Amino acid sequence: MKVLLSKPGLDGHDVGVKVLAYAMIDAGFEVAYSGLRKSIEEIVQKAMDIEADVIGLSILSGTHLILCGEMREVMDSHGLTIPWLVGGNIPHGDVDALLDIGAASAFPTGTTVEEVINYLKELEKKNS
Amino acid sequence: MNEKKVFLESGIEVKPLYTQEDIKDSEAGQNMPGQYPFTRGIHPEMYRKRPFTIRQYAGFASPEETNKRFKFLIENGQTGLNVAFDLPTQCGLDSDHPRSFGEVGRVGMAVDTLDDFEIAFHGIDLDKITVSLTINGSAIVLMAMYFALAEKRGYDIHTLRGTAQNDILKEFIGRGTWIFPVDASVKLVVDTVEYCAQNVPKYSPVSVCGYHIRESGANPIQEMAYAFCIAKAYTDDTLKRGVDIDEFASRLSFNFDIYGNFFEQIAKFRGGRRLWAKIIREEYHAKNDKSSWMRMIAGGGGGGLTKQQPENNIIRSAYYALISTLSGTQTMALCSYDEAYTIPTEKAAELSLRTMQILIHEMGICDTVDPLGGSYYVESLTDRFEKEIKKEMKSVEEMGGIVVAVASGKIQEKVSRQAYEREKGIQNGAIPKVGVNIFQKDEDPKPVEFHLYNEDAANDQIEKLQRIKETRYGKKVQTCLEKLKENCLQNVNLMPAVMEAVKAYASVGEIIGVMKEVYGEYDEPIFF
Repeated sequence: MKVLLSKPGLDGHDVGVKVLAYAMIDAGFEVAYSGLRKSIEEIVQKAMDIEADVIGLSILSGTHLILCGEMREVMDSHGLTIPWLVGGNIPHGDVDALLDIGAASAFPTGTTVEEVINYLKELEKKNS
Repeated sequence: MNEKKVFLESGIEVKPLYTQEDIKDSEAGQNMPGQYPFTRGIHPEMYRKRPFTIRQYAGFASPEETNKRFKFLIENGQTGLNVAFDLPTQCGLDSDHPRSFGEVGRVGMAVDTLDDFEIAFHGIDLDKITVSLTINGSAIVLMAMYFALAEKRGYDIHTLRGTAQNDILKEFIGRGTWIFPVDASVKLVVDTVEYCAQNVPKYSPVSVCGYHIRESGANPIQEMAYAFCIAKAYTDDTLKRGVDIDEFASRLSFNFDIYGNFFEQIAKFRGGRRLWAKIIREEYHAKNDKSSWMRMIAGGGGGGLTKQQPENNIIRSAYYALISTLSGTQTMALCSYDEAYTIPTEKAAELSLRTMQILIHEMGICDTVDPLGGSYYVESLTDRFEKEIKKEMKSVEEMGGIVVAVASGKIQEKVSRQAYEREKGIQNGAIPKVGVNIFQKDEDPKPVEFHLYNEDAANDQIEKLQRIKETRYGKKVQTCLEKLKENCLQNVNLMPAVMEAVKAYASVGEIIGVMKEVYGEYDEPIFF
C-alpha cells in the first residue's frame, strides 16, 4: 500500500510526520512525503501522480477544519475517492466534524504511532 | 554493586560515583564566574546582582490587541516582551494572500505594513521595554519595521535595544518557516548583523536556536554543536564583510532547550559556555570579553511535555526552570503545561510565570553564584561535554560545513531519524515517561479550554491592509520596490532599501515577493 504523507497549510512542524514516515516504512508500507507548506491542490495532484492508495494530512496550527473542507472539495473536483486521514494537533472535540467532512479517520493529539500503523494495516486488509 | 550500565541521552556513560580523581586534570578549579572562559557564568555576581529576565512567549491576533497586552504588562512591571507572529507574517505572505486564509492572527500577531507596528507600539516607550521579535524567514522586513518605527518616533536607533530570533539555518532543520534558498537566506541574516553593528549596535540581531534543533530530534551534544556551527557560519560571513569581531559577537545570543536528564542539561550549558568562549577568543581573536559570552535564553522544552496527565507538565517545567537557573541562564521562558495540545491559556501562562517567581523569591537560588561548581560529577561532565561538542562540530565540518549539511538535508535526515528512534523508545518503554509508558491512568479526553480563532479580527486585518494600499503613495512604493530589486541583483546589503520600503508602507508580502523574484524559493530535500 502506498501512503502519501503531507503538510498542507503554512505550519512548519514536521517532526511528527517524519516520525510517522519512518514508522510506516518499518511496517512495510511504501511512503512518499510532500514536504512543507503544500496547497491541497498540490497534495491531491501528487497523490494522483504517484498513484497513492491513501493520503495523510498533518496539521498542527489549528487550521484542520478549514484545510479538510478544502481537501473534500479538491478530492471531489478530481473525482478521487481514495481514503484520506488527518492527524497532528487535533482536539478530540473536532474528530466527529472531520469525519463528517469526509476524512476516513482523524487522529487526535496524543494518538500513538502504533495506533496509526494498526489502522493502516486494517485498511490494507480491507482493500485486499 | 549493581553492574547495570547507565548512559545519558548523549551516549555518555555515567559512573555510580564521582570523586576528586575525576576532576584532577580539570580546569574547573581555575574557573571563576565573570572570567574567561566563563564556565561558571558570564557575570561575577550573577543572580545576586540581578535575577534572570522572565520573558514569556506571547502573541495576539491583531496589533490592536497586542498593544493592549503590552500596556497591561508594562503596568505590571514587565520590561521585556517576546512577540509571536502569525504564520503568514512568518512566511512572508500578506493577510489577503489566498494561502493565508484561516491563518491570519491564528498563532500570533498579524503584520502587513508599518502601520501594524505603529498600532502595536502606540503609546509605548521603546526605551523602557525591550522587545524580542520571534521572526526568521521574513526577519529582515520585521526588523526594518521596528527600526523604522523607532526612527519615525524620534528615537536614536544607535541606543535602541531588543532582540530578533533571525536564525534561518535552524529553520531548515526544524520549525520550517524558511522562504529562500539556503545561501540567500544566510545572506539576509548577515545583512542584518552588518547593519546592526554599524547602526543599531545595542540590538541583538540573531538568537541562534539550538532549541528547535533539539526539538527536531538532536541530542544535547548535537544541539550545542549545531548551534555553534550556525553561529560560526553567520560570524564568518559577517567578518568577510569587513566587520570586526568585537563589533558584533557580543550581540549574538543563543536560545536552548531543556528536557531530559537533569545533570546532562546543566553540563551541556556549562561545557558549552566554556567552549564558545574559547572559540571566539582563540579562533576569532576577539579582544573584548563580552564577545565570547554565550548569552542564552533557556527554559521550557516542549519536547519533554506530554498530552497525557497534562498537570504533570507543571512539575516538569519547575524542574526545567531549576536546571536553567543552575546553568546560569540570562533569560527564561517556560513552556506552559497545556502547550502540548494548544496555544497556552491565560491560566497556564500565569502558572509558568509563578514557577519562575517562586524560584527567584522563595528558594534562595540567587544567593550565591554557580552553586554546583566544584561538584565532582557536574565538573567532570562539564569537561566531557566541552570535548564532545567540539568533536561533533568537527563532524559537521567534515560534511562540508553546516550550510552544506543543511542545504543537502543531511542534518535533517539525521535528527528526524533520531526523533523516530526516541519515539520508538518511548513506545517500547526504553525511555520512561511518567503518565505515558509508566504510571498511566485511564483519562477521559477532557474538554479543554481552547484558544479560539478570531475570524472577525482576520477580516479587519485584511480590510486595513486594503485601506493602506489605497491611501499610501503607490508611486513611492513602486520606486522603493524597484530599488530593492536592483540592490538584490547588485548583491549589496538590503537593509537600507528594506527600511525605505517599509517607511513607504510597502507590505511584508510585497517586499518578500521582490526578493523571491531574484532569489527564488527553497527546494526542500525530501528523503522519503
